[in-house]
Amino acid sequence: MLSRTAENLFWMARYLERAESTARLIEMGRRMAMLPGGGLREWQSVIRTTGADAWFAARGAASEAAIIHGLLLDAGNPASVHACLTRARANGRAIRTALTQEMWEALNDGWRRLENLDEQSARRDLPTLLDWVKARAATFRGSAETGMLRHDGYDFLRLGGLIERADMTLRLLNVKYFVLLPETEVVGGGRDHHQWASVLYALSATRAYHHVYKGDYAPWKIADFLLLNPIFPRSVAFCYGQICACLDRLERRYGQRHDCHDTAHDALRRLESQDIAAVIRDGLHETVNQYIARTARLSDQIAAAYHF
Amino acid sequence: MTFYEMADPQGVVREPYRPIQRWIEETGLELLRQRSEEAEAIFRRIGITFAVYGEGGDPERLIPFDIIPRVFSAAEWQRLDRGIRQRSQALNAFLYDVYHRGEILRAGLVPEALVYRNSAFLPQMIGFDPPGRVYAHIVGIDIVRVGPDSFHVLEDNCRTPSGVSYMLENREIMMRMFPDLFAGGGVEPVDGYPAALNRTLRELAPPACRGEPTVVVLTPGPFNSAYFEHSYLADQMGVELVEPQDLFVDEGLVWMRTTRGPQRVDVIYKRIDDDFIDPLNFRPDSLLGIPGIFDVYRAGGVTLCSAPGSGIADDKAIYVHVPDMIRFYLGEEPILKNVQTWQCARPEDCAHVLAHLDELVVKEVHGSGGYGMLIGPRATAEERAAYAQRIRANPANFIAQPTLDLSTAPTLTPAGIAPRHVDFRPFCLLGQQIRLVPGGLTRVALREGSLVVNSSQGGGVKDTWVLRG
Repeated sequence: MLSRTAENLFWMARYLERAESTARLIEMGRRMAMLPGGGLREWQSVIRTTGADAWFAARGAASEAAIIHGLLLDAGNPASVHACLTRARANGRAIRTALTQEMWEALNDGWRRLENLDEQSARRDLPTLLDWVKARAATFRGSAETGMLRHDGYDFLRLGGLIERADMTLRLLNVKYFVLLPETEVVGGGRDHHQWASVLYALSATRAYHHVYKGDYAPWKIADFLLLNPIFPRSVAFCYGQICACLDRLERRYGQRHDCHDTAHDALRRLESQDIAAVIRDGLHETVNQYIARTARLSDQIAAAYHF
Repeated sequence: MTFYEMADPQGVVREPYRPIQRWIEETGLELLRQRSEEAEAIFRRIGITFAVYGEGGDPERLIPFDIIPRVFSAAEWQRLDRGIRQRSQALNAFLYDVYHRGEILRAGLVPEALVYRNSAFLPQMIGFDPPGRVYAHIVGIDIVRVGPDSFHVLEDNCRTPSGVSYMLENREIMMRMFPDLFAGGGVEPVDGYPAALNRTLRELAPPACRGEPTVVVLTPGPFNSAYFEHSYLADQMGVELVEPQDLFVDEGLVWMRTTRGPQRVDVIYKRIDDDFIDPLNFRPDSLLGIPGIFDVYRAGGVTLCSAPGSGIADDKAIYVHVPDMIRFYLGEEPILKNVQTWQCARPEDCAHVLAHLDELVVKEVHGSGGYGMLIGPRATAEERAAYAQRIRANPANFIAQPTLDLSTAPTLTPAGIAPRHVDFRPFCLLGQQIRLVPGGLTRVALREGSLVVNSSQGGGVKDTWVLRG
């Protein structure tokens, strides 16, 4: 397979996953802003999670409307849903022949919808729009799942999506870690039930969490769930398990092992052997930061190994 | 009197169009309109976008599709088929000749200066034998019809003629939407084109190739106006679609970068202009090129389709000599006629053109896409005067032709079914043998009375039928 094709598959999946994650974060921000004590401060954590702090700071976007516009519609903000969808489609268009017809249609269908949308209508139709973004990502994944040949291209596609998903969960933990520390450790303030619920909400994990832990919210359980749970599809441990499976298939297919294989397996071993008490003892924030750095390194190593 | 392909002036429907006439009557205008909108929605969803070579404009524009097919009878096609093959063969013989002994120039049939001083002539190709002696592997010939038995060639395309993906997709959509129309197998299929192209490319593997040749389609990238076509053809043939940065030269061969490391490439169907193919041999400022690829080509390490330098055969100034080429190389009379052409480079022609501007169509020698041309009868006196100034300033840059009364074909318009002017581009393949799929791309001028079929100026496309004999 052409290296450029592999690269485009990888990044197409990353951008699509990122568009979907950002849509979920906007949902979270909207919900938090409506609760007592919410407001712009909650939007700030959304902005920090998407990594667009500098972009917003330079523009002084101070109202909820301006923030939604920047996160959803503004193609100038590289982290916006619009920018991510446009880049995902550009990646896909560059490798049309590597996609099935259905995958391409999922990418192409209505791709200009966000282009000429004004702020007013976007706010009015926000839930519909966000559902639409999530549905497109789901349609794309579904058509890849049921229609794409299981050759090396499939693994590059999956790798992009999984790395982005792990990264997004880690970024959310990085921004929200202080609300997940045990009661005895006071960092900042304003910890409450809503904060914990919002973290789960952003990852569409509320029901899954209750399913696994039954009882009430407990911050360390939420941290455990998002970081170490092996069966929740947005947990870091789950993503790494799948990343290792993809890399192992590539190793068998090509008969070559690279640095990226060691990095991924090393991370997976740690995620599987640690418990949350130890993580918190060592420092949740430090641990999350280490995994963010590890994931970025892994992405670079994959590109180097397959000549992107 | 314009020739209406569907019916004679008394309104009697011509034989080849009878099934179409029946279908229109049975379906009714309202349903046709509804289906036409559906077709457009399908094109948009699939993402078929397209622009004919050299027309420019938005690379993701959608070309209007008219759902009434244009029909040729078996007998009409038989003649076109022979004429197209003949002309394509002569153009390739001419290319071989001008890059070798130049017999046709010595015979005084084509002026030497017209060839050797032409910017499309590549001195680097002199004396080189491309595999199979084929230069232009895909020849697109633009044909217009002015009467029941009167077909004229408007222009030849020997480099990278586009539009074949539209021929294939138009048929695909028609068959999907109106299966009954094709029941009984009365229409010759066109879907063999990708396989024929693949065979043509494989047949001309370079001397250095051992075993099954690796074929690729080389595109400038997604921003090119014909990118959809490039990816479509690669996909249909099951070969890689590569961009220049995917290829490199090493140890006298061409390789592509893959996730397993470098892989050999033997045949390149290139959809990039010659000038840009190799910055070491041609334009040094080209960012699209693959340094050293031309040296590999000359050494027999790779086949480039079409061969660099093929553009000399489809130059508008060379066009007037094609009938002579056919007589000279093949010893045959041309089956398809040229349009009478005055070359303003000749003083007597130029005088005639200036005196008859109100009757003629004047074109720039190197222009394309219907830009920069004057349609005398439709222009105002001021426009003609201004154009005359331009001709006087640089006569060699202009040719003129009579205003052809292009045939019309039935078309779905807001006012119902009405005649609109059409042209036709078939695609002839040259490998070890000549292959021609029965069909081509029909372009239609959707505006009433308009003669300009270019998509940038309000043109659309139609499915083109060749009926079984």
